[in-house]
Amino acid sequence: MTDRTPVSDASVCVIGAGPAGALVADSLAADYEVVVLDAGPRFDPDERVDRQERAIRPYYDRPDVWEMGGPRDDHDASGEWFYPLNHARVKGIGGSTLHWQGMVMRLHEDDFNSGSARGVGPDWPIEYEDLRPYYARAERELGVAGADDNPYGPPREQPYPLPAFPPSYSDSLFAEACERLGIDMHSVPNARNSEPYQGRSQCVGYGTCQPVCPSGAKYDATVHIDSAERRGATVIDRAPVQYLEHGPERIDAAVYATPDGEEHTQQAEAFVLACGGVETPRLLLLSASETYPDGLANTSGAVGRYFMDHLFAGTGGVVDERTRQNHVGFYTSSSQQFYDEADEEFAPIKLEFFNYDGPSPVETALSADEWGDDLLGRLREDYGNHLGIGALVEQRPQAESYVGLGEETDNHGNPVPDVHWTVDDRALRTIERANRIQERILNELDAEITWQVGPDGTGPAYHHMGTTRMGTDPTDSVVDPECRTHDLDNCWIASSSVFPTGGAVNPTLTIAALALRTADAIDRSLDS
Amino acid sequence: MELTRRDAVAALAAIGGAGGAAYGYSRLRDDDSPEPSSPSDEHVLDTMQAVAEVVYPSELSGREAFVEEFASARLATDDHGAGIREAVAVLDDHTDTWYDEQFVSLPAVVRENALENLGADVADEDPTGSTAERVRYYLVNELLLALYSSPTGGKLVGIENPQGHPGGIESYQQGPDALDR
Ligand SMILES: Cc1cc2nc3c(=O)[nH]c(=O)nc-3n(C[C@H](O)[C@H](O)[C@H](O)COP(=O)(O)OP(=O)(O)OC[C@H]3O[C@@H](n4cnc5c(N)ncnc54)[C@H](O)[C@@H]3O)c2cc1C
Ligand code: SF4
Repeated sequence: MTDRTPVSDASVCVIGAGPAGALVADSLAADYEVVVLDAGPRFDPDERVDRQERAIRPYYDRPDVWEMGGPRDDHDASGEWFYPLNHARVKGIGGSTLHWQGMVMRLHEDDFNSGSARGVGPDWPIEYEDLRPYYARAERELGVAGADDNPYGPPREQPYPLPAFPPSYSDSLFAEACERLGIDMHSVPNARNSEPYQGRSQCVGYGTCQPVCPSGAKYDATVHIDSAERRGATVIDRAPVQYLEHGPERIDAAVYATPDGEEHTQQAEAFVLACGGVETPRLLLLSASETYPDGLANTSGAVGRYFMDHLFAGTGGVVDERTRQNHVGFYTSSSQQFYDEADEEFAPIKLEFFNYDGPSPVETALSADEWGDDLLGRLREDYGNHLGIGALVEQRPQAESYVGLGEETDNHGNPVPDVHWTVDDRALRTIERANRIQERILNELDAEITWQVGPDGTGPAYHHMGTTRMGTDPTDSVVDPECRTHDLDNCWIASSSVFPTGGAVNPTLTIAALALRTADAIDRSLDS
Repeated sequence: MELTRRDAVAALAAIGGAGGAAYGYSRLRDDDSPEPSSPSDEHVLDTMQAVAEVVYPSELSGREAFVEEFASARLATDDHGAGIREAVAVLDDHTDTWYDEQFVSLPAVVRENALENLGADVADEDPTGSTAERVRYYLVNELLLALYSSPTGGKLVGIENPQGHPGGIESYQQGPDALDR
């Protein structure tokens, strides 16, 4: 039977085994007694092919692939905008990277100074330069395939550890149009092996990256959990932390439940909350006490507030030629040309040129109403001529967009997370702007536009940011520039929940860089 | 276009043995319906061949060897194999009632009608659902999944590295003439 009892003499207790928690644990495991607690299970890597079948078959919904849903994962969405939380995360060893797409970019320099450079939100209390060496380390840890060909990206010092994936055939169609329009395209950094890397396979083109990569070529955080365990860390799965026992200045213990119905108490010198941008504020709110009646570490009142995601904008259509979509499940070209035009009126935009627009024949076949020759005829008609362009857009931090506690309770009797999500006008305006750029490119290709996701149909990109924001002033932020809570001396937060603003690039490389930096801060603190 | 053993092996590599079905099958017997007697493997494979004749396009050759290879391996997995056997049994029940014959014993033209009468063409797949939904999941879609995630099945449509097939990272870079190579 799996031993889920607490580790005695633990120096560091990490809560959450996604990339943030895994990187902190791995960084500290050689020198300290580290224990990692995760709410979800340890999935068997041999079952990934079966999960891929679930990804393709119409019977299974996306959350089914990694067993999300049910009383454990109930949630509310009381905001103006519905938030599909269980599509947006995975619980288990590896966290949401089991499901993610693995596109990894650095934030731009101005993203760290959004208030002063663009007049939106606060500035971060750290600069791009502070994070720059950690970005380089994070790229090596995740095994990022990329090329230094983005004229709009922030300055780099070292090459990527792996060469970029070459552009796709459809990228070459876009490239002709973009050249005529004066739009620059460039490669995209992928946390995915373009060559074998650190014992993991090269990408073999299964094409189901999101939600599952059977080959392990796509990075996921089991990589760093395995490494942390080799260095001596203890990792306990199916151990959801219920609340944090604390005094006025320190956390004393994490109280966690186990599948046998028991509760255990894990003590440690330092605690790292790495439960993602929704469960991290929820755990703090669930740990309210007489000293912290509004939630632990919440003297500022900012815990759970300023919830942000990136918003999706997209346009696609069909052309009179073959476009070769759906061979792989990731994209290879992007444009950040419009990113730093951002100001108070318009948000940053990142454009993505899809390699997977339109139907995947096998998926169409499984839900078609015909078979035999009729089905083949339909598949031939449907597949082959699609082109699509996506975009991510920043949303501004707003106090009225928040993660709170819902009315219902979960399987342990704790109030469920309530994602009360609202979206600002600048973001909606920017989505329209992204749509116009996408239309220009598709029109240049003589495409017939067949779909568009604009301000009315937009949805989240599943990046949970802002809910324990970083700052220097304890009255309006939750963590300090080292990601330690202002209120508690031995509590650090590793998550995009510390982002004061979100930029328009996917967050996880920044999460990883901050996690490595936080591990250094914890090391210094424990050392002294 | 010809299906080969390689296609069957590729389809198995893509969707594996047990399938997503461990998930569904364990709930199959929740209802009180009597358990149909389990058909022999030979009969199950013959039935799958007969279903494949209906749901696969006519311009394919090599269908029988492909189905044999693929279906035997899937049948050998515990939960999923049991789901396939049960789907054959309920399909036979249906044709027994309507045509007084097991599905494989029907003339080829009648088989398509039988599947349509059952509603397997318009049903959504569901491993724990109605007869039509189970037949769709374990027989019709089982076979379509194998075909259209294999390189030859993909090529019929115009994609030699379909989703589910680990066909490498060259094909996405190549233009349409790669299909003719
Ligand atoms: C479909 C999809 C696509 C994505 N694509 C990209 C992409 O291309 N690029 C990108 O940068 N990002 C992407 N993301 C986002 C990315 O997955 C997250 O940013 C990243 O995983 C966050 O890391 P994390 O460690 O902070 O949290 P998570 O990975 O969410 O891990 C948190 C862990 O904490 C555990 N936990 C929660 N509560 C508790 C508790 N009370 N006790 C114990 N454990 C707990 C959970 O079980 C989970 O394992 C995507 C996400 C999704 C869902
Ligand atoms: S395309 Fe590559 S990274 Fe994506 S699932 Fe396939 S092997 Fe994994």
